[in-house]
Amino acid sequence: MRAARGITSRAHPLWLAYILHRISGLGLALFLPLHFWVLALAMTDPARLDGFLTLTEAGVVKLAEFGLVFLLAVHMFGGLRIMALEWLPWSPSQKSLAAGATAASFLIACLFFLKAV
Amino acid sequence: MTTNKLSVTIERGSDAQEVFEVPAYDNQTVLDVVSWVQQNADPTLSYRFACRVGMCGSCAMMVNGVPRWTCRTHISKVLKGNAVTIGPLRNLPVIKDLAVDMDPFFDKWVGAEGVHHGALTRDDPIAPVDEDSAPRVEANAGIECINCSVCYAACDTVAGNADYLGPAALQRAWTLLNDAKDEGRLAILDAVSGAGGCHNCHSMGSCTLYCPNELDPMSAIAGLKRETARNFFKRGR
Amino acid sequence: MLSLRLYMLQRISALLMAPLVLGHLGVMIYAIQGGLSAAEILGRTQGSVLWFAFYGLFVVAVSVHGAIGLRTVIHEWGGLKGPVLEAVMWAIGLALFALGARAVWAVTFAAGLGA
Repeated sequence: MRAARGITSRAHPLWLAYILHRISGLGLALFLPLHFWVLALAMTDPARLDGFLTLTEAGVVKLAEFGLVFLLAVHMFGGLRIMALEWLPWSPSQKSLAAGATAASFLIACLFFLKAV
Repeated sequence: MTTNKLSVTIERGSDAQEVFEVPAYDNQTVLDVVSWVQQNADPTLSYRFACRVGMCGSCAMMVNGVPRWTCRTHISKVLKGNAVTIGPLRNLPVIKDLAVDMDPFFDKWVGAEGVHHGALTRDDPIAPVDEDSAPRVEANAGIECINCSVCYAACDTVAGNADYLGPAALQRAWTLLNDAKDEGRLAILDAVSGAGGCHNCHSMGSCTLYCPNELDPMSAIAGLKRETARNFFKRGR
Repeated sequence: MLSLRLYMLQRISALLMAPLVLGHLGVMIYAIQGGLSAAEILGRTQGSVLWFAFYGLFVVAVSVHGAIGLRTVIHEWGGLKGPVLEAVMWAIGLALFALGARAVWAVTFAAGLGA
């Protein structure tokens, strides 16, 4: 569609914050059913649950976990940012707020990663 | 500079483009370039303008993929090398070449209750307006909109959601909500709370970034969200 | 496509989840030290009314929040609308709730576990 390739210079901080929020939300929504299903194995097939949990020791899975924690943190801070700018009397300095939210999420994800290895 | 040629690509029709060689001048707006093409190269080129001084809001186009008021955009600001691509405004149906149908834009303006809701008659005394009151300051921040539809073209939410009223209409609703002489408070709050209302906005801020008059529709929409949320708790719906 | 009511539900569920997410992140950082095992997880959660309430509330909020969020994305990027969009939203919400409730039950009060 013509309109879809219309705007070439979207890469401003607020648009990036928007797309990050949407992608992280999508990612979490897709991961949740798997997450729930694996946990429910505790009831139906405990041995298999342990099998899955051993998997988390593998390097690739660790990296994926890091990604998921990052998605969760980024979505939460991004969401708090949105509510702050919608509901609180805010100043135009929300660009730095957006940057701060990303930084904080990254910090938490890094902390998780460091503890995990 | 005067001997140079600009390579101007103009989008025409659904997938057609045409490249024109246009002489470069020291003082030249994007609208001047388009006008040169129409007057000297192809008289069938359709586009729209009126005032040429940034007041009427009729000459907005996509310039290198960015929505701009072309009469106040110097060509040197947007040239890549000596080339530029000009297309019709995004998010609106194209009539021909660079002229788009602005009807959806203005229909949504009315749909957001962007009309005056008066309660007084000509026999009533003129109500004084306190220029320094907080609501008036809020309203003043948004009233210089020229209806150019640049924000509407910049908005990805408009692109994905046909019902969404868009930044300009919602900003007007916000200015009226803050206008001491406007009596349409409930009508406005209802209009901006519907399926196409302010709650569809994702605060991506392209409207505020590209507004040629440096208005801030995103903050105005945030104001509407705040008011409707407050009203939600008060009225319970 | 978002009416005021859906918007408020989305924001209220989000506010509800903010402390829950922080708690969840904290538990994760704590729990993964020394590796994960079913016995360790169940030892923490089994029979606990507190964890049942914590994760139960989390599942309710995330079902609402996820369904409304995906509804917006499906409308804007997928073009679905009208009754079909409503149905998809409800299906997503109910599916998330069913799966989530089953998981919470499994780690708290389901009987006869291997742990």
